[in-house]
Amino acid sequence: MSEKTVRCLCEKQGDEKKFEQISNVIDLYKKKEGGLIQILHLAQEIYGYLPLELQEYIAQETGIPLSEVSGVVTFYSFFSTTPRGEHTIRVCLGTACYVRGGKKIIECLQDTLGIGLGQTTQDGKFTLEVARCIGACGLAPAIMIDDVVYKQVNPNKLDGILSKY
Amino acid sequence: MTNMVNLTINGKKIQTRDGTTIIEAARENGIKIPNLCYLKDVHEFGSCRICVVEVEGAKTLMPSCITKVSEGMVVNTNTERVRRARNVLYELLLSDHSKECLSCSRNQSCELQVLGRTLGVESTRFEGERSNCSTDISVSITRDISKCILCRRCITVCNEVQGVGVINAQNRGFDTVISPAMGMPLGDVNCSFCGQCTVVCPVGALKETDSIQDVWGALHDKSKRVVVQTAPAIRVAIGEEFGMEAGSRVTGKLAAALHAMGFDDVFDTNFAADLTIIEEGTELLTRVKDALTGGKATLPMITSCSPGWIKFIEHTYPDKLEHLSTCKSPHTMLGALIKSYYSEKIKVDPKDIYVVSVMPCTAKKCEIKREEMQNYGYPNVDAVLTTRELASMIKEMGIDFVNLKDEEFDSPLGMSTGAADIFGLTGGVMEAALRTVYELVTGRELPFDGLHVTPIVGLSRVKEAAITIEDPVEDYKFLDGVTIRVAVTSGLSGAKELMEQIAKGESPYHFIEVMGCPNGCIMGGGQPRSDDPDVRNKRLGGLYTEDEQKTLRKSHDNPYITKIYEQFLDKPCGHMSHTLLHTEYVKRGKFNELTDERFTIETLEQDEKRKSASEPAGREAASGRVREELESVRVLALEADNNRLKKELANVLETVDILKKVVSDYTDK
Repeated sequence: MSEKTVRCLCEKQGDEKKFEQISNVIDLYKKKEGGLIQILHLAQEIYGYLPLELQEYIAQETGIPLSEVSGVVTFYSFFSTTPRGEHTIRVCLGTACYVRGGKKIIECLQDTLGIGLGQTTQDGKFTLEVARCIGACGLAPAIMIDDVVYKQVNPNKLDGILSKY
Repeated sequence: MTNMVNLTINGKKIQTRDGTTIIEAARENGIKIPNLCYLKDVHEFGSCRICVVEVEGAKTLMPSCITKVSEGMVVNTNTERVRRARNVLYELLLSDHSKECLSCSRNQSCELQVLGRTLGVESTRFEGERSNCSTDISVSITRDISKCILCRRCITVCNEVQGVGVINAQNRGFDTVISPAMGMPLGDVNCSFCGQCTVVCPVGALKETDSIQDVWGALHDKSKRVVVQTAPAIRVAIGEEFGMEAGSRVTGKLAAALHAMGFDDVFDTNFAADLTIIEEGTELLTRVKDALTGGKATLPMITSCSPGWIKFIEHTYPDKLEHLSTCKSPHTMLGALIKSYYSEKIKVDPKDIYVVSVMPCTAKKCEIKREEMQNYGYPNVDAVLTTRELASMIKEMGIDFVNLKDEEFDSPLGMSTGAADIFGLTGGVMEAALRTVYELVTGRELPFDGLHVTPIVGLSRVKEAAITIEDPVEDYKFLDGVTIRVAVTSGLSGAKELMEQIAKGESPYHFIEVMGCPNGCIMGGGQPRSDDPDVRNKRLGGLYTEDEQKTLRKSHDNPYITKIYEQFLDKPCGHMSHTLLHTEYVKRGKFNELTDERFTIETLEQDEKRKSASEPAGREAASGRVREELESVRVLALEADNNRLKKELANVLETVDILKKVVSDYTDK
């Protein structure tokens, strides 16, 4: 193998701990079939998102071509290649929530936060996303902020909810 | 013995080996199943679904390219259901395909076009939103995403055959695009530019970056002396573009066509191939001598004629570049000589000389842009045409290629030996080198029948040979009893195998030949696309015959080579040679992290492209018609849906009735 020349971003930023964690994750999963998804999943958890440099690091350490790593990252909506906010708002657009006005909530959130879907507010606080059913159909329309579910949301309730963060 | 399986296709009882796919079983029995993405033994993936057939007992239609035969299977390839599905699939493919067929370079050689004709599709019903249609132009390869049909042949070739893996499917669903990671342009990533993807692309999505216009420009420019050279592999392949049998030897016609096109000098890269043998052979002997006499020398030495291979090693093994021979590739050597030795001879300023190389290769388009391929401020070669590009220029000129009378290459840089011809096939450079080196060292001819080093002849991926030197001449006494071990590989995954050995320090070889394309230049990325399953062997045979028919078959016997050393170069690997014929390499790294050099010319985004292809006037009426047609299709679809629902409802009602009856019976009891 060629000399290891791509350094993980975390290391560049002096974040030795994150680097070590990601490196451990890679060592743990690189020999396992289908391990790439696990590596990406945990790397995103540790680093927050999966920028090109981190994908290059993973590609180099696993020996998987970069185009394949990026292919997997861009295939699944769970993975993000841009920095994410401190909190993730997921608006449910499953059938029940959709019927009961999930779309209106999205529009309202977009206006309030000034961002589009998949984007992050400038202060880095919120990332806005769509979820396809979070299993809370009886509480429709529902939204999730991180792992807290808010039930029967309507545009008037939004400011109150957001102010908690 | 493999088990035989009995099955019926279209009512015909047939027997075939177990494990055969339906499409192959059908083909063996004269039944052709229309297909698109399928490439036998290379890409058996079932992504386009055009090859679907009806298998009795199966719920859905089955893709025949990946469905294996089984005992008693009954297959129908032309039922109404199959035909309708096939046509709809084709129309859906077209609905997201740029239909600029008349101005596409694949016009009349497009597999999608041929399929449409085969299926008899005369209108396309589906129009709607179109996916990404950006264009990415690198110095070697142009990607036009608007024409991509996502068949993924290129992914298979890049990842599995070549083992490079620069392209893959990115994003999902409608947004899927075949591209390097994160949508980066090809010229910015570790693409070797081998061009194998351009050979298998069924449409115009992947092709060589055009040099035809530049060459026309030079030919029309009266102030330029335009010199052309052609690689060995061209002479056994270009005939195919004019309907000739694969592997036809057309050296004389090729020279005649180039003269007729107006090139001022028609030279042969073969001359420089002979020169390469002298330079590379000398370099090898020096390295071996140093190694055996306790000096420092890097072995094995690896050939450097294939620029795809060079770019690959620069990206993949940047700290192993000292294994490469420092020789330039033959066509850049010849270019350097044309703009020095020959320009002095004919008293033309090198700035007025324009060198065109006709190559079986797309990587060579990139190679000539490298800074290292310049001397005295001029690029060694100004333009590279692929075999396909030259053929299309000959056609544009209206030259009747097939009926041309044979002509010779021009003197003095057009004369070559048989050793040079076999540079175009895997094992050829090694064999040519051994013919010269062995004779130089022992004073005797290479002890193989017909001068062919049998263990390295053929199309296997990695081949090796060992030759023990006995009774050498005085100068090479240090080689007495030494066994020289050589290896030959073609295709980048074979190269990777040999490089891993080197990286581990386990390589037993002295000399390795690597060609970037599987089977060597005869199957290069710039060669004609062929549907002849035996094309490799035919082209291989053509080049071996070319070699055998020459009187002089060893590079050092070429009288013009002797002359050029006397008159100009002085001695092999001397000062002049090092200036003009040798080069150095760039550490690039897998992610290009070790260099700033990039090979992207431009990338056009969707919007810009859309704007340039703005809607022509008078389209209203046409789109009105389309809308009407669409409307009628929709009505038909709705009616069909309605009927289906009615039937289902009837079924449900029936079931309800039965249940009611059961319940009432029960309560009665």
